[in-house]
Amino acid sequence: MIFWQLFYTFFIIGLFSFGGGYGMLPLIQNEVVVHWNWISISKFADIVAVSQVTPGPIAVNSATYIGYTVTGSIWESVCATTGVCLPSLIVVILLYVFLQKFKESVWVKNALKGLKIGVVGLVLAAALVLMTPENFVDYKSWLICLISFIACYKFDVSAITLIAMSVVIGIFLY
Amino acid sequence: MIPQIKKEIVTRLHWLDEDEFIDILAVTQSAPGPIAVNLAVFLGLRIGGIKGLIATTFGSVLPSFIIILMIALLFQGIQNEPIFVAAFKAVKPASVALILVPAVSIAKRSGMTGLKFIIPLCIASLIAFTAFSPVYVIVISIVGGILYYGRKKE
Repeated sequence: MIFWQLFYTFFIIGLFSFGGGYGMLPLIQNEVVVHWNWISISKFADIVAVSQVTPGPIAVNSATYIGYTVTGSIWESVCATTGVCLPSLIVVILLYVFLQKFKESVWVKNALKGLKIGVVGLVLAAALVLMTPENFVDYKSWLICLISFIACYKFDVSAITLIAMSVVIGIFLY
Repeated sequence: MIPQIKKEIVTRLHWLDEDEFIDILAVTQSAPGPIAVNLAVFLGLRIGGIKGLIATTFGSVLPSFIIILMIALLFQGIQNEPIFVAAFKAVKPASVALILVPAVSIAKRSGMTGLKFIIPLCIASLIAFTAFSPVYVIVISIVGGILYYGRKKE
């Protein structure tokens, strides 16, 4: 039952991966390439590349793509995508109910303060992991990164505009 | 995706103020699963109840789902096209910058400036360069927050 296997595998991935999309990729690779042997490692790299430039959450993108690639059926895509999103839905609803109930608690407030420091660290880690020679090919890459950062942070340029501009710059430069 | 969500919800629509948004971001980032989906679920519930939840959940997943399916169906091998490869070279550094922006603004807004910024930097290096699991970071930050800030109050 490949339907069930796909759903179950992505449900587990969704449930046990912390730190968002880039934290999820190693887990997806392990399940889909190593454990189940559904796709090859080079196909997986292609899927990650496409998922990164396509709008939307990277985990959802890769689940959809892998679901389709495994058997070529749209239903497999639906299974994998539902599987990866369902744990989020359940866990976040529980968190919401919990926080509404204990919003005024000093414990919750202090926990949140601590959590913010950890989360900043997690987000920085996601950026650090991507600063590899494969992604930052030359000095121009660092320049693009720096300019994009300033444009977004200081001048509030939207993410969509920045990505569109870098597509044009990339075609022009390389 | 997160800076875009923040811009729409906080700056344009004024559904939440920035402090509440950052609190919600911290909570949803510590839950398992795709952060954008977590954030969409929480924001939907907070702003529009069950109806909001349904709207934001489908809204955050459906465009990705449709676009990826179209790519899988129509453009097999697109990632090897020279023009795609060229565009990709510039998109990757730009997307790293987009990841950094929310980190810096949360840090600034929560008073993690100057020397205090070293703590999140150490956490980041620990995760990026060793096999340290993000789950531990989340647990340690929660316990640390309760102990440290709780003790200071007394």
